[in-house]
Amino acid sequence: MAEHPTVHAAVAPGPGRAVPLRRTRLQKLLENTTLWRGIVAIVGFILFWEVCSQWKGWFGYQIPWIGKVAPPSDVMAVWMDILPQPGYWESWYLSTFRVFLGFAIAQVIGIPFGLALAVNKYFRDVFFPPFEVLRPIPPLAWVPAAIIFWPTTELSITFVTFLGAFFTIVINVLGGARSIDGRYLRAAQSMGASQWDLFRRIILPGTLPSIFTGAAVGMGITWEVVLAAEMISGGGQQAGGGLGFFIWSSFMGGSIEQVIVGMISIGIAGYLSSSAIRYLGSVCMPWRRLF
Amino acid sequence: MQQPVTPTANEAPGTPATAVGKATVELKKVSKSYGDEWERQEVIRDITMVLKAGELTAVVGPSGCGKTTLVNLVAGFEKPDTGEILLNGKRITGPGHDRMVVFQETALLPWLTAYKNVIFGPNLRGDMPRAEVKKEANRLLEKVGLGEFKDKYPLHLSGGMQRRAELAQAMINRPLLLIMDEPFRGLDAMTRELMQEFFSRLFEENRRTNLFVTSEIEEAIFVADRLVVLSNRPTTIREIIDINLPRPRTFEMLSSPEAYGYKRQALEILHEEALKSFNRSGDQADFVEAYSKRMG
Ligand SMILES: Nc1ncnc2c1ncn2[C@@H]1O[C@H](COP(=O)(O)OP(=O)(O)OP(=O)(O)O)[C@@H](O)[C@H]1O
Ligand SMILES: [Mg+2]
Repeated sequence: MAEHPTVHAAVAPGPGRAVPLRRTRLQKLLENTTLWRGIVAIVGFILFWEVCSQWKGWFGYQIPWIGKVAPPSDVMAVWMDILPQPGYWESWYLSTFRVFLGFAIAQVIGIPFGLALAVNKYFRDVFFPPFEVLRPIPPLAWVPAAIIFWPTTELSITFVTFLGAFFTIVINVLGGARSIDGRYLRAAQSMGASQWDLFRRIILPGTLPSIFTGAAVGMGITWEVVLAAEMISGGGQQAGGGLGFFIWSSFMGGSIEQVIVGMISIGIAGYLSSSAIRYLGSVCMPWRRLF
Repeated sequence: MQQPVTPTANEAPGTPATAVGKATVELKKVSKSYGDEWERQEVIRDITMVLKAGELTAVVGPSGCGKTTLVNLVAGFEKPDTGEILLNGKRITGPGHDRMVVFQETALLPWLTAYKNVIFGPNLRGDMPRAEVKKEANRLLEKVGLGEFKDKYPLHLSGGMQRRAELAQAMINRPLLLIMDEPFRGLDAMTRELMQEFFSRLFEENRRTNLFVTSEIEEAIFVADRLVVLSNRPTTIREIIDINLPRPRTFEMLSSPEAYGYKRQALEILHEEALKSFNRSGDQADFVEAYSKRMG
């Protein structure tokens, strides 16, 4: 009881207090060596690439492989031209939408499916063998079949995307739930937990870390699959666009700069998605934060 | 030994308000095997003993002899093949909150704070008003010295703190019997001693019936009223030694002639057991040697 007033006093956001707090956060950011190393590495890489690509123009000799790549300055210029075009942003939107749709469906079906496999022996006996047979088939091998099965290209792409994440999610959830320490279950049982309590209070939170691992890996696979599916389906007449198709059509049109713009866009999109998952993970699992 | 043999204030008639229910546990010809008919491993054979109300019974035995199995049987996590275990005359058929286990390694739920771990049991059962749960949890956390750390997750507590949180978590359920399976294993020597002392005080305060499994003879002698020495597998009781050391216990008592006698007696039996398994399997030379050295 006695400590409450002190706690409030310490956090009291007086106008004089908020400013120094902000500043220290900025200072911390500036003093973050990991961040600086990252920035230096990226800048260094771009410089190296620029120099190698420009070598022929400057010294009359083409460095093999990397010398053929358009220099970052050209790529940047092309990117600046593309940025205001709505088509580019539509590609972003379409790919992101497909990724999240497939990913969300995979989570919604995969998590309960994985948990059911983990807790119910009969369910596992029946569904695990077919699951294990289908799992090694690469998602892209499903593309032709998906195009035949599903009425629209859009649906085929979504389906293949879903598959990409689904197997990873299920296998992670299953593994996570099965490896929960038996002592937790026993301790809870001796405190009077019912089957449902065990599921809700031990198995579910105990599986959360694996759910997020599965999500992070699944998200990576989903991006891969979406882009490949977009390229294979040629963007589709009805489906159209997407970053995969953007790269493919740039390649057909002979613009290497635009191909690179597409590639970097995917890199950024993938990075943003996995950051979002990591952030969500640290919000949902405060007990795993280290400080 | 210099300590005068006087009962502590708490043992005096007119027991304090914190008096707790205590269990008498009887094990009657309890046996347990694992495996199937092709490959059977007999772990416990015909153990008969009584955990007396208000006493701390320590159990020591060779590594892998089935101490944890014994714990699982009394806790009700496993069923004996033959024989029965009675708690205050009633047969134990499964786990229940009249018996709380402090496990070999921490079993605090990693996703709950120390406080939430403590209130887990009562809130699950809903057999105590929430306000009382809160009050009692805070009192117990304060008592085990974790008042300031109650909102920390187990991962952010030291090993000793985790053990104390577990004691609070067990005690809030007001068990009739507290079962501890090598509770201080894995703690560093210093913390271990502190925990032994802390735990002795806690036990002496209300003398809740306790089954205390350990592999450290000195620890057993320090905390126990009675010391049960087990044999190799198939495990039987080799000896029951009454530990007549005064309470409250202090570490100086361990250097008394009585304590030395207990230690010698127990080590001799363990040495014999080690020799037997050595003669049988021939791969336990290190173990025998280690014990021979300690016998000095
Ligand atoms: N669930 C089980 N299934 C099969 N065998 C088991 C099981 N539990 C224990 N055993 C076997 O029973 C024997 C005794 O194990 P137990 O864990 O009870 O020994 P312990 O004395 O607690 O050992 P430690 O000193 O390592 O804690 C071991 O040989 C072990 O392999
Ligand atoms: Mg054990």
